Amino acid sequence: MSVLTPGFADPVLDAQAIFRAVLEAMSRPGRIQRAGAGLQPPAPMMPSAAAVLLTLADSGTTLWQDAGEDAAAWLRFHCGAPFADAPGEAAFVLATGAPPSVAALNAGTEEEPERGATLIVQVAALEEGAGWRLTGPGIEREHRLAVTGLPPDFVAAWARNRARFPRGVDVILCAGERLAALPRTVAIAEG
Amino acid sequence: MSPVMEGYNFAYLDEATKRMLRRAILKAVAIPGHQIPFGAREMPLPYGWGTGGIQVTAAILGPSDTLKVIDQGADDTTNAVSIRRFFTRVAGVATTERTSEATIIQTRHRIPEQALREDQVIVYQVPQPEPLSRLEPRRAETKRLHSLADYGLMHVRLYEDIARYGHIAKAYDYPVMVNGRYLMAPSPIPAFDNPKMDRMPALQLFGAGREKRIYAVPPYTEVKSLDFEDHPFRPIRAPHACALCGSRESYLDEVITDDRGGRLFVCSDTDYCSGRVALREAAE
Amino acid sequence: MYVAVKGGERAISAAHAWLDETRRGDPALPELTVAQIEQQMPLAVDRVMAEGSCHDRFLAALAIKQAKGDLIEAAFLLRAYRTTLPRFGVSDPLETDAMRIRRRISATYKDLPGGQVLGPTYDYTHRLLDFALAAEGAERAEAPQSEVPAGAVPRVTELLAREGLMQREEATDAEPGDLTREPLAFPAARPVRLQNLARGDEGFLLALGYSTQRGYGGNHPFVGEVRVGHVTVEFTPPELGFPIELGEIGITECQMVNQFKGSRTEPPQFTRGYGLTFGHGERRAMSMALVDRALRATELGEDVTAPAQDHEFVLYHSDNIEATGFVEHLKLPHYVDFQSELENLRTIRAALAREAMQEAAE
Repeated sequence: MSVLTPGFADPVLDAQAIFRAVLEAMSRPGRIQRAGAGLQPPAPMMPSAAAVLLTLADSGTTLWQDAGEDAAAWLRFHCGAPFADAPGEAAFVLATGAPPSVAALNAGTEEEPERGATLIVQVAALEEGAGWRLTGPGIEREHRLAVTGLPPDFVAAWARNRARFPRGVDVILCAGERLAALPRTVAIAEG
Repeated sequence: MSPVMEGYNFAYLDEATKRMLRRAILKAVAIPGHQIPFGAREMPLPYGWGTGGIQVTAAILGPSDTLKVIDQGADDTTNAVSIRRFFTRVAGVATTERTSEATIIQTRHRIPEQALREDQVIVYQVPQPEPLSRLEPRRAETKRLHSLADYGLMHVRLYEDIARYGHIAKAYDYPVMVNGRYLMAPSPIPAFDNPKMDRMPALQLFGAGREKRIYAVPPYTEVKSLDFEDHPFRPIRAPHACALCGSRESYLDEVITDDRGGRLFVCSDTDYCSGRVALREAAE
Repeated sequence: MYVAVKGGERAISAAHAWLDETRRGDPALPELTVAQIEQQMPLAVDRVMAEGSCHDRFLAALAIKQAKGDLIEAAFLLRAYRTTLPRFGVSDPLETDAMRIRRRISATYKDLPGGQVLGPTYDYTHRLLDFALAAEGAERAEAPQSEVPAGAVPRVTELLAREGLMQREEATDAEPGDLTREPLAFPAARPVRLQNLARGDEGFLLALGYSTQRGYGGNHPFVGEVRVGHVTVEFTPPELGFPIELGEIGITECQMVNQFKGSRTEPPQFTRGYGLTFGHGERRAMSMALVDRALRATELGEDVTAPAQDHEFVLYHSDNIEATGFVEHLKLPHYVDFQSELENLRTIRAALAREAMQEAAE
């Protein structure tokens, strides 16, 4: 078995800083935050995705991931989150490859929509100022976000996710040491 | 600054509790105005004295933050002092009384007069997060009503006011609709403050410790005070000028000065008021 | 000219210094030690442990000293401390069958296996102030000792169940909920209800239990038994797979036997109300058992007509730490909302006065 790379250098303050980045991302959809500098999670996990899970997942949350054995061992050791058998049963879903369909994930109930899953998707690149036109809560007029590496039907699936509000799935897009978020309220128009 | 207390984690809460709170806060932001139940912990301050706000602040606070705590708009009211001192002791963070210098503002019953910015977060202490509680005390039932967006009860209640008094007689904790979907209690802020919540550039977080719920309004989100077309919402303030700074725009506290009916009115937001007094003195 | 109230910080420090002074009382008298409180006020310690939700006699005694004898304040201190403790695991269920009995009484049978053991009780004492206690250092006669009943003492409810007259409680390995981690949600399962009641305010439980006796949701209770004694706490670490003894704690358990008319699916039989508390707390355990049974109304197909049967009413109002905080928060300033109400009332009164003037003029 290979030696595990470390988690946060300062578990308390690093988690706080990453949480604020994710909170900012979720509050202002499409604005890019930096997260995960210095982390070296096993491939194919990216530093930003690893940082999000270190910050939010633990023994009280279920996790599904497609990142392979090394990543599973790393997550088991650093987060302690129990692995779910299927994406639809998990509170956090990490997709390093082709992400599972948003419709297949837990969307919560009408009374308890907060039980909807958080999908963490690794993508090739994130850039502000071009691409999608995002509108909705958290956005003054319009945010632009260019995402490279999502499946072509993502925007159509997202529209269906948004239509079932308050049920729904929230997404955190990760690219290297950058992340942006799509809360279930955000409307995406292709640029 | 007093030394940081030994033997406790940064910001008092253990990391597992913070993660639980942080997950709840993120879902609250994703579902604006929806109350998220959370496992509120016993805090070393009593329930009803801001434990919800304190837990939210403890979950978001970091060493680079500057914290402002107000109660009734003032930084120097005893409970605001107590909460500020708590965070100084358990997190060693910088504190301020200046609204403009704060990155996190924890508040009870007011929104500062000065408009908040994108780089600020306001955390409200909430005694009763359920806007329908006076009309339906059962949580199982109010959850159902929220799921159906069935807010007829509240409309009837407000309409009864109009029939009886000629206007809606709710003066504080005036119910709002968030993003056109959820009815939300803005906490017992005066209705005067309600318009400040609408499309506010800052993130607004709400913590109710005793009732164990968290909710949020993301930046630039529509917050509409409930009203009727023929009886539009109108915020009330005492029709006077502040005796200290002369403001006719700010929310005023009434102060009784003697037992012969003497009274005067002063700004409830002490930072706003002292800022205006200082400006005037500098100009003179 | 009015000057905004300043100096909150100074006032708080001074007030707390004064509080310390009043706690100490007359310095000419010797200071009360925590050990004295623990030894000589054991029932206060027990109540604070129960409502503070933390079994630690020393900490409970310390909290009582710090709270100047205010037991709700003491329970609050203990709870606030408890939340900062890391959780290593969950103990195995307590085996109250194997309790080392100090006291065990049944009101349903004159004699029964294991016998009636009166133990240290205020029952049958005459409530006359004992002025001899005012004289300190008096000699105390030793209590006579008798044989401790050997072996396990079967429970009355089990004796009834063997005859088919007592509803069986199904054993389950399901993980019970935990109110200290997850907030209450409704419908609340019985383990969560019992946890809530076990931490609940004794006065509240007593009043609710009493109300069931007076006809508000009553179901004819008999004390099947009350037992007081010590049980072993064991923990099974997952990596070992066998239980390890952690120590023993004192508890009181009450099983009430209640009538049940029967339903479409079940024949008439007895049902049970259950109470359990840290330390010696018969009033608490019995009240809890009455309220537990009342809260089972819905699942037993009985009409819910009384406060003690109403889940939300009982479970949301039983916690005295929550209750005291919210009642006492009314002391905090409410100038802002009060001012809104004032302006509102003035507006309404002015409108009424205008209408009255108009009517008089017409």
